[in-house]
Amino acid sequence: MNDEKSENRKNLIDCWKVDKALIERVAKVSHIELNDDELEKFSKQMESILEAFRALDEVDTEKVEPSFHPQELKNMWREDEVEEWDWRNSSPLDNTTHKEGRYFKGPKTV
Amino acid sequence: MEDRILKHAREINEKYSAFVTIADKLEPPGKDHGRLAGIAVSVKDNICVKGMQSAAGSKILEGYIPPFDATVVAKCRDEGAFILGKTTQDEFGFGTFSVNSPYGVPKNPHDPERSAGGSSGGAAVVTALADFPHIAIAESTGGSISCPAAFCGVVGITPTYGRTSRWGLIDYANSLDKIGCIGKTVGDTALLLSVISGPDKYDSTVLQLQEEDFTKYLKDSVKGFKIGVPKEYFGEGVDEKVAEVVWDAIKKLESLGATYEEVSLPHTKYCVSSYYIIAMAEASTNLAKFCGLRYGLHMDIDGNYDQYFSEIRSKGFTEEAKRRIILGTFARMAGYRDAYYLKALKVRTKIIQDFKIAFKKFDILIAPTMPVIAPKFKDIAKLEPIQHYMMDILTVAPNLAGVPMISVPCGTVDKMPVGLHIMGNHLQEGKIIQAAYSFERNI
Repeated sequence: MNDEKSENRKNLIDCWKVDKALIERVAKVSHIELNDDELEKFSKQMESILEAFRALDEVDTEKVEPSFHPQELKNMWREDEVEEWDWRNSSPLDNTTHKEGRYFKGPKTV
Repeated sequence: MEDRILKHAREINEKYSAFVTIADKLEPPGKDHGRLAGIAVSVKDNICVKGMQSAAGSKILEGYIPPFDATVVAKCRDEGAFILGKTTQDEFGFGTFSVNSPYGVPKNPHDPERSAGGSSGGAAVVTALADFPHIAIAESTGGSISCPAAFCGVVGITPTYGRTSRWGLIDYANSLDKIGCIGKTVGDTALLLSVISGPDKYDSTVLQLQEEDFTKYLKDSVKGFKIGVPKEYFGEGVDEKVAEVVWDAIKKLESLGATYEEVSLPHTKYCVSSYYIIAMAEASTNLAKFCGLRYGLHMDIDGNYDQYFSEIRSKGFTEEAKRRIILGTFARMAGYRDAYYLKALKVRTKIIQDFKIAFKKFDILIAPTMPVIAPKFKDIAKLEPIQHYMMDILTVAPNLAGVPMISVPCGTVDKMPVGLHIMGNHLQEGKIIQAAYSFERNI
């Protein structure tokens, strides 16, 4: 049990470390391009941000439930009724030039 | 009258960069009577106004004209308000000083070399300077109403999480965002909150409570009020002169019949870490939808899906948005999620418990709104991101807990305003309004 705990602890501590390769990977997943200067700068900043955030490890949260919201929310239901919309004066396509006929037009996916 | 309002709004904007957009003309409201008849309402840029660019302070949404009003805006029109324009803010609400604001950085009305606070900076500036009847619709995720209200010497109320509909809000972090009000007086904010709160069939997260008239709490009496003073909110990082002004205000309330006692909120030191991990994780998912196709920033379509998205997002987001997207994505990634995101949510539970325990004993809690007076832009420029985040140390905990709070001006330090932060238990807006009003009447 103790071994398991200390192993978990070790993993947690390792989690607070970042390096350039990791930031680059996350940026790619998030569809954000970073140039070399930005990557260098962000890596340093994120290192100090995470260094500060690791203080969370001090809090004993065993048997504590996560709060996804400040208060418990109840599901709300309503009838799924179609409402009138003035298509002639306002269309979802009004805010884009990337359209063809009644459709949005996007870049190639394959 | 309408022309004079628009002229003055433009003058404010020229000097203080308070607006992203000002209405070309003040559309006649639905009716000439109602609770907001004749009042100009400005709207934070992240809340949709029909026919008026609503970009959440971001270039990625430049040119986006909503075909609908957010529920809170529609409610104002129904009560006879004019919609004046969209106020400047940190992009998506990402900031404490409104310096991450590509449409112009709002300047403090008391000293233009200083920040107006953020992220609802423009809203507080217009409120402070308008010489016509005006109230602002603002929004807070981690303190974005209280902070600018305190820095600009006006009143800001952030209601209980779920009190106001968020339909038409361009989200930052769904478990934290709350639409609220900034006004010149406590009465103005109570009036606007009465109009904009209440259930909405378009927002399933709004509390199913009857609409309430909060102006009935504008009573000059704090007799018997039990005030808790959280000792952690007067500690390290809090300017002693600011703390002194706030203590004077607490003593003033005591002289009016309230009692006070120190209390401990032991998890305060973890609130910034917990808040930023949760807020960034949620922001990174919310911002995934901005891809320059259906609305906002456009480029010629060139290259494949990944190339187009990456290029437009890199062009449209500010540096702070990029930092938050990357950190937020990281906090949710396999292998890291438990250590960051879930851990932060569990610490949030402890922070909420701190408040719940305190509110068993006290009616309200009082602290400084911000640890310092509005800083100068030249000093803000020297701050590292983590130092920026630490400026939120007094506002993020009540925002994580979703409790209502009001910032009311309580004095000055070096001629700059100081805010008194009055926090209440969930749904106890009445108590914080009454305490703030009594203070305002007797200062």
